[in-house]
Amino acid sequence: MIEALSMGKYGFYVWTSYGAFVAFLLWDWLAPRWQRRRLLRDIQQRERREAARQKKQKNA
Amino acid sequence: MVRHADASISTASACLALLRRDLLLVWRRRGDAAQPLMFALLVVSLFPLALGPEPELLAKIAPGVIWVAVLLSGLLSLDSLFRSDLDDGSLEQLMLAPQPLALLVACKVLVHWLASAVPVLLIVPLLAAFLNLDGRLLPVLWESLLLGTPLLSLVGTVVVALTVGMRRSGMLLALLALPLYVPVLIFGAGAVMAAAQGLPFAGALWLLGAALVLAVVLAPLAAATALRIAMP
Amino acid sequence: MNPVIRWFHQMGSPPIFHRFADRWSRWLLLAALPFLAWGAWSGLFEVPADYQQGDSYRILFIHVPSAWMSLFIYGLMAVYAFIALVWRIKICEQLAMACAPIGAGFTAITLLTGSLWGRPMWGTWWTWDPRLTSELVLLFLFLGVIGLNAAIEDRRAAARAAGFLALIGVVNVPIVHFSVEWWNTLHQGATIKLMGQSSIDSRMVLPLVLVAIGTKLWFLGSLLVRTQTAMLEMESGKDWVKQIARGAHA
Repeated sequence: MIEALSMGKYGFYVWTSYGAFVAFLLWDWLAPRWQRRRLLRDIQQRERREAARQKKQKNA
Repeated sequence: MVRHADASISTASACLALLRRDLLLVWRRRGDAAQPLMFALLVVSLFPLALGPEPELLAKIAPGVIWVAVLLSGLLSLDSLFRSDLDDGSLEQLMLAPQPLALLVACKVLVHWLASAVPVLLIVPLLAAFLNLDGRLLPVLWESLLLGTPLLSLVGTVVVALTVGMRRSGMLLALLALPLYVPVLIFGAGAVMAAAQGLPFAGALWLLGAALVLAVVLAPLAAATALRIAMP
Repeated sequence: MNPVIRWFHQMGSPPIFHRFADRWSRWLLLAALPFLAWGAWSGLFEVPADYQQGDSYRILFIHVPSAWMSLFIYGLMAVYAFIALVWRIKICEQLAMACAPIGAGFTAITLLTGSLWGRPMWGTWWTWDPRLTSELVLLFLFLGVIGLNAAIEDRRAAARAAGFLALIGVVNVPIVHFSVEWWNTLHQGATIKLMGQSSIDSRMVLPLVLVAIGTKLWFLGSLLVRTQTAMLEMESGKDWVKQIARGAHA
């Protein structure tokens, strides 16, 4: 099994390549999700401020 | 003895506040902060495309080309050092602050160096690979850049302070700063070239180090004076 | 009306696109995983080592599909940009912009894995031959599109400007390729002959195809997700977006 993992003497190169690929896919999956979450949170905050402002106007 | 009012801020916390604010601003526009990095990469790429891909030729010019690329990318990003503060009025506030202007300017230079030079320093191995630089020269190159880039930032800041009020001062800024950059380039790139030929190079590095120490003390003072001249 | 044409028209409506993307992106991303996993497993452990290159050639199974994707995505981005500029369709503007980061990623992976493959095989991390140079220029073009899109305030103007840049770039890439080729013929023997590849063993085809399919599915899923978010941002004033924001957990 260790033999298979070492990939001849090229273990570093092969595993770094595959690892980088997996890391890229991970980033490609997570980054848009974080962006979406931040965007929706911003919209929520904006809505809340807008509602508070309208309430103040109504009471004024 | 002057007693400051209780509401005044100590110099140290003022500097920290300025550092934190500027770093936050850089972080918010980190795409912009990546531009010097990309520029250095592109400039380095131009040379093999212009001269041909022969590895020996590229290896010979690599230290000089990398030094020039780093120098130019720092120069281009220098223009924005005071630009946003000038536009929104914070520069005047800084100049009116009770804390020594030189110290505040030094903080700004530190942020500029961290944002523009440090990322480029991190990709030096990549630049070296593009130009086939001999791996044994990498430490010397790195040391020379580590000493040279803050020196360039400090010297450049003085020139930026002189031209701060001018619109479209980019080219003028470059013309004024480059002659001042020449000695730094000569010793910095020269150290690596000497190492490449097996000659002693430590002297050049020590000289850069000494110049850096001098500049850390004198340049902010000069820049502060220049600011007061340029913005009465 | 022709159902296909009607489908295209409907997709132009942001809320309908949003629902479409919701359903399909999840399945596309999930469907990609077995292809990628199987392809990687097969490429790493099942296919025999190459006679000349030993085990290092296994990088090919990542490198080649990524290279295909980098070119494919750039072409697709240019097509979307063209449609967006000519017909001014909002969705196409954002589809084009969403292509850029994914394309840049695949291009970077191509360059990185190529470098990791070249080092043990040909003794150098990098060389300035036409293919590598064109791929590097492609990366710079992708990054330029991303940068320009980020630099302009107005999102629609930004997408159109960056889309135009992408179109100009499409012409640039073949020109760069041919010019470097011409320049290299003047420097005979200066470049290392890369990919002096023997005809590919039939057993190597399977992992290659599997990873190629997997990356395409993944790209489509990711493209839908990113475009969805961009459309939410563009339409953030509308009620249907506010509804979604309210329903979302913070």
